[in-house]
Amino acid sequence: MIIPRNGVIDYATALGDDALLAAQRMGEWIAAAPQIEEDVAIGNIALDLLGQARSLLSYAGSLEDPVRTEDDLAYFRDEREFLNVQLVQRPWSGSGERDFGVLVARMLLFATYQRALYAALATSTDETLAGVAGKAVKEVDYHRDHATMWTLRLGDGTDESHDRIQAALDAEWRYVAELFENDFVDPALVESGAAVDPATLRDGFDRRISEVLAEATLTVPEVAPAVTGGRRGLHSTSMGYLLAEMQHLARSHPGVSW
Amino acid sequence: MGTDPEVSRRSSTTGAREWPLWEVFVRSRRGLAHGHVGSLHAPDAQMALRNARDIYTRRQEGVSIWVVASAAITASSPEEKDAFFDPAGDKIYRHPTFYDIPEGVKHI
Repeated sequence: MIIPRNGVIDYATALGDDALLAAQRMGEWIAAAPQIEEDVAIGNIALDLLGQARSLLSYAGSLEDPVRTEDDLAYFRDEREFLNVQLVQRPWSGSGERDFGVLVARMLLFATYQRALYAALATSTDETLAGVAGKAVKEVDYHRDHATMWTLRLGDGTDESHDRIQAALDAEWRYVAELFENDFVDPALVESGAAVDPATLRDGFDRRISEVLAEATLTVPEVAPAVTGGRRGLHSTSMGYLLAEMQHLARSHPGVSW
Repeated sequence: MGTDPEVSRRSSTTGAREWPLWEVFVRSRRGLAHGHVGSLHAPDAQMALRNARDIYTRRQEGVSIWVVASAAITASSPEEKDAFFDPAGDKIYRHPTFYDIPEGVKHI
């Protein structure tokens, strides 16, 4: 069966943008985590995500006509052209000191989703996507483990840590539904076996999360989902600031290397 | 970003809240012994193992990691150095230097 090319471009771009913006936002924690050891762990995880973004965006760009590089896509697209989910790019706090629990909660949700996604995508009929997913699944397995370890410790820790990680989960949970939206995936792409229908990943995600949260003495949040739109290029205000920070060097000095 | 709240590592980790110290041992290849590579902070043993993975095996340096609470190690003290080690200095008979080594034998 023929794999529709435009479908692959959008699909790889969306997954690549998820990883890229997650890495960029996570970088804000480096030198701000509770201990230097955790800085290193977060740095490793963010760099894994950046590596996934590079592979996926390079592939998407190589299929475009004219061809675009990973840097073209990362640094010279505008906000509306990014297809990432909102979960990964939201700021860590509205005001006041940012909370490590928010990082842990988001990492748990995103890594659990990514683990299910890449495990399924590793058998894609698109060889490049299968290759990227096959490598990434081991990386996100570790991210999920790291987030799980912390969720257990914060949830089953002190009263304060329990309340803070639960509050963080409640807030992040509003953005979970968007991870499993499938409108942006070309149905022909799923049919050809090149892409994974995100909706099919939800049950496994819920099972895994409820196991972890039960062990951590936490409850699965029941909150109304946020308005979505990330997959259509509609982002919240914070996205513009994050892109400005990520893109300003490449845009101020075109062709610069560092 | 300029509008970011100020983030302080110090405020949450001073005094009694400091995580305990762990010593890390890495076995670089099968067949070799675990060697001490350094130490790190972690709230408990499982997290220490994961931190060790991130800090000491980023470049595939090992196939196995041990972590030991630093507090569980009993060490000789510098003041005892003379009593512990110096008496061995003039006992040359403890070194196998009086044997004739046959020709052609390597690795001795």
